[in-house]
Amino acid sequence: MTRKLWHFHGGLKLKGHKQISITDSVDNTPIPAQLILPLQQHIGTPTVPIVQVGDKVKKGQVIATTQSMVSTPIHAPTSGIISAIEDHPVPHPSGLLAPCIIIDTDGQDEWFEQRETHSQFHLLEPEELRKLIRDAGIVGLGGAGFPSHIKLQPGQSKQVETLILNGAECEPWISCDALLMQQRPRDIIDGLHIMRHAIHASKCLIGIEDNKPKAIQALQDALTEDEKQHTEIVTIPTIYPTGSEKQLIKVLTGQEIPSDKLPIDIGVICHNVGTAAAIADAVIRGIPLISRYVTVTGTATQQPHNLNALFGTPMNFLLQRCDVQLDKMARLLLGGPMMGFKINNLNTPIIKTTNCLLTLKQEDVDDKQSALPCIRCSECAHVCPAQLLPQQLYWWSKAKDFDKVQDYNVFDCIECGCCAYVCPSHIPLVQYYRAAKTEIWQQERDKQKSDHARQRHEFRQHRTELKKLEDEQRRLKKKALLKKTQDVNTDETKKSAIEEAVSRVQEKKQQQTIEAKNTENLTGAQRKQIDEADARREQLKQDEDPN
Amino acid sequence: MAGMISSPHTHLRNSVTTAMLNVCYALIPGIAAHVYFFGSGLLINMTITIATALLTEAAILKLRKRPIKASLMDGSALVTAILIALSLPSMVPWWVPFIGTAFAMVFAKHLYGGLGQNPFNPAMVGFAVLLIAFPQEMTRWMPPQFLDIYHPTFIETLRYSLTGLLPAGYQLDALTMATPLDTMKIQLGLGQSVEAIQGSQAVMGKLAGMGWEWINLMFLLGGLWLIIKRIIGWQIPVAMLAGLTIMSLISFLVAPDSYASPLFHLLSGATMLGAFFIATDPVTASTTPRGRLIYGFCIGILIYIIRTWGGYPDAIAFAVLLMNMAVPTIDYYTQPRVFGHDKK
Repeated sequence: MTRKLWHFHGGLKLKGHKQISITDSVDNTPIPAQLILPLQQHIGTPTVPIVQVGDKVKKGQVIATTQSMVSTPIHAPTSGIISAIEDHPVPHPSGLLAPCIIIDTDGQDEWFEQRETHSQFHLLEPEELRKLIRDAGIVGLGGAGFPSHIKLQPGQSKQVETLILNGAECEPWISCDALLMQQRPRDIIDGLHIMRHAIHASKCLIGIEDNKPKAIQALQDALTEDEKQHTEIVTIPTIYPTGSEKQLIKVLTGQEIPSDKLPIDIGVICHNVGTAAAIADAVIRGIPLISRYVTVTGTATQQPHNLNALFGTPMNFLLQRCDVQLDKMARLLLGGPMMGFKINNLNTPIIKTTNCLLTLKQEDVDDKQSALPCIRCSECAHVCPAQLLPQQLYWWSKAKDFDKVQDYNVFDCIECGCCAYVCPSHIPLVQYYRAAKTEIWQQERDKQKSDHARQRHEFRQHRTELKKLEDEQRRLKKKALLKKTQDVNTDETKKSAIEEAVSRVQEKKQQQTIEAKNTENLTGAQRKQIDEADARREQLKQDEDPN
Repeated sequence: MAGMISSPHTHLRNSVTTAMLNVCYALIPGIAAHVYFFGSGLLINMTITIATALLTEAAILKLRKRPIKASLMDGSALVTAILIALSLPSMVPWWVPFIGTAFAMVFAKHLYGGLGQNPFNPAMVGFAVLLIAFPQEMTRWMPPQFLDIYHPTFIETLRYSLTGLLPAGYQLDALTMATPLDTMKIQLGLGQSVEAIQGSQAVMGKLAGMGWEWINLMFLLGGLWLIIKRIIGWQIPVAMLAGLTIMSLISFLVAPDSYASPLFHLLSGATMLGAFFIATDPVTASTTPRGRLIYGFCIGILIYIIRTWGGYPDAIAFAVLLMNMAVPTIDYYTQPRVFGHDKK
C-alpha cells in the first residue's frame, strides 16, 4: 500500500552514520555503583524528594514527585540507599548544577512492591490510563521530555483524527529508536493502541525514514491483520529534519500546524516510538520508566552500539563500555550533531531524555572560529524547513533589533541547524537566534515587571490624588458648616433656636414617662414594693419641680 | 560569539573561498575564448586588476584595522578583478584597469563596510566609472583576430599598456573597430535593415558577432556548470535571459528589419557573462526565490531597453546597478510564506 506523502520546504540530505551502531542486540548495561537522579528530567514543574538521606529504596519506588499536573514522578531505577540529595552536573546546555538524588546501589535489584498489571487495557477508562502513565513517570522520549499524560488529554471539545508515532529519527548517528523498533515492535504497537484507546483516535500512522528498512519490516511483521484496519506503517524519505513534529505531520498528512497552535488543534497527536514502548511497559507490565535505550557512537567510539541504561548512570560508565578513546575525543555531545549540545562533565547522568552520546574527534568538529561576513547567498533560506529568511534574522539579531527579529518570525525557528550547516561563511546562525529569543523573553519579563511596577505606581498616585480630593472636600464642608454656625448668631435665629431646644427637651421628658409592663398577676409583696417605689418617685418629682 | 559552542556541530564544509574559486574556474572557458579571438590584452589587464584589487584591499583592511589575510583569501576581490578585466577593451593604458579596480574596491566595497555590505556590484561600479570618465579608452575595441587587420603582438600590447606607445606606423584608430552591438546600433540609426547589416559586415559573424557568439557560448557553459554545482541559483540567469528574449522577440516579430533577433541579443556583448556571473553576485542581488526572478527579469528588460533606445551599445552594468537599487524593496515584498502562516 502506498500512501500519498507531502514535502516540507528545504531540509538536508545528511550522511546517516547509523548502521555502525545498529547491532543485533541491545547491551543491557550493568548496574553502576552510584546513580544520580536529577529532580527535573522533564519539561514542567520539578519534583520534590519524598525520601531522605539514609533511606533504603527499592527498584520502582517513587523517590520524588509533585502534585503539579505538568510533572511526573521519578522512580528508583534499582534498589539501594539514598546517600545524598545535593547539586550535581545535569545534562543541560548551560552546564549548570541542579539538585539530584544520589543512590548507592546494593546490586540486589529488588522490586518495590507487587506491580499492577493490566493486560486488558481496553477495559480501562482513559482517565485511569492517563493516571497509570503519569504515575509511571513517562515523558516524551524523543528528546523534549514533555509529560506524556498531558499530550494524551485532548480535552472535551477536541476530536483526535490521527495519532502519529514518530519513528523518523532524522538526526545522523542516533539509532536508539531504530534498534528499539527492531527489538520491541510488539511493545511499540501495544503502546500505540493504549494511547489510541486513551484519546479515541480514529487512525494511527507510524512514520519511519526509509534508511531503517529493518525497523520498518519488524513493525510490519508485528502488526496483526485486525490492527492494519486502523494502523499504518508509512515509509518516508530520509530528509533532515523530518523527525521534527511539525515537519513529520506535514509529510504524513499534508497539514501545517498554524504557527501559534498545537497539533491537537488540527486533530493530530504525535508521540515518539520510545514513549509508546514505555507506555506498554507501564500499563501492561506495571514497570515504571527507569531505563532507556541510549546510542553511544561517533568517530572516537571504538565499539559503537546501543545500551539499555538505567537513569542516573554516569555517562562515563557508558563511554567506557563502548571503548571510547577519551584522549582523542574532542567533544562529547548529548544528542545528534545537528541539535545536540556539548557535555563538559563526564560524570553527568543519563536521564529520561538522553538519546545519544556522540563522541567526536577534533577533525569532525566545526568550530566556527573563523566566521566570514554574510554574503547573502541565501543557501540558508533554501534549506530552512520553516521557510524563514535566516539571513534577515541574522542581520536583525546581530543588530539587536528585536522587533524586526520578531517581524521575521524568529519564534517559528525550530533551531534544526540546517542554515548554519550550509552557511559558506560558517556563521553560527542558530546561536544568534537562540540569543535573540532569550533576549526577547527577558525583555518580555522585564516589561511585565515594569508594567506591574507602573500599575502599582499609577494606583498609588490615584490613591494619593483621591485622598487629596477627599481632604479638600472635607475641608470645604467644614468651612461651610463653620459659616453656618456663625450665621446662627443673629437674634432672629437665636430665638427660634432656643425655642426649638426647649420643645426638644419637653418632648424628651414626655417620652421618659414609662408605662409599666408585666404588672398583671403580681403577688401582694411585689405590689407593696412597687407602690412604695412609686411613692418615693412622686416625692422626688415634687421636690424637683418647683411648679 | 566566538568561542561559544552551539549546535550544529557539523558542517557541509563549503566556504566562501571555495564558492569564489569555483566562479573563477567557471570563467576559464570564456576567458580562453576571449583571448583566442581578441588577443592577450585581456591577460595583461587581468594581471593589473588582480594586483590592484589585492593591494588595495590589503591597504584598506589595514586602515580599517581588520584581519587582512582572511579577507584577501575569501576570493571575492579576485572575482571582482576578473570581471572588471573582462569588461575592458584589450588595448587600454594601465591606469584604466588600475583606476577602475581601485575605485571598485575602495568606494564600491570597503566604504560600505566590505564583503557582504555593499549595495552595488563593485565590478560594475568600477566599469561604469571608467565608461563615464574615459569614454574614448573604453570604447576602442580590437577587432577579432581573424579579420584582415594588423593585430598587435603581446609585447606591443604590453608596451602600449605601460607606455602608451603604439606599434610603429599605426594610429590607434586603425587598430580598433566598433563591436557588433555598436555596429548594429550605428547602422540601424543610419537606416539600414538588420539583414543588410548582418550580411554586409564581416564583424557581425554568423549569429551575433564574430568571436562574441563563441565567448557567450563559453560563458553559458561555465554558468551552467555553476548551476549544476549549486554555486549559483537558476532563477536570476533564467529570468534575465527570459526578460531579454521576450523583449527582443516582441520587437523582432513586430519589425524584423529594425530590431535584431533574440539570438543576436543573447549571444552578443556581455549577455551570458552578465546573466551567470554579474547579475548573480549574491551580495548585491535579491535574496528571495521570487525576488530573484523579478530581479533577473527586470535586468533583462533594462538591458534590451538601454541597448535599443539608450545611449550605450551594451547595458549590463547599468541594468544591474539600477536593479541593485531596487533589491531592498523587492526583497521586502517577496518574502516567502512562513511554515504554519497564512498566505499574505
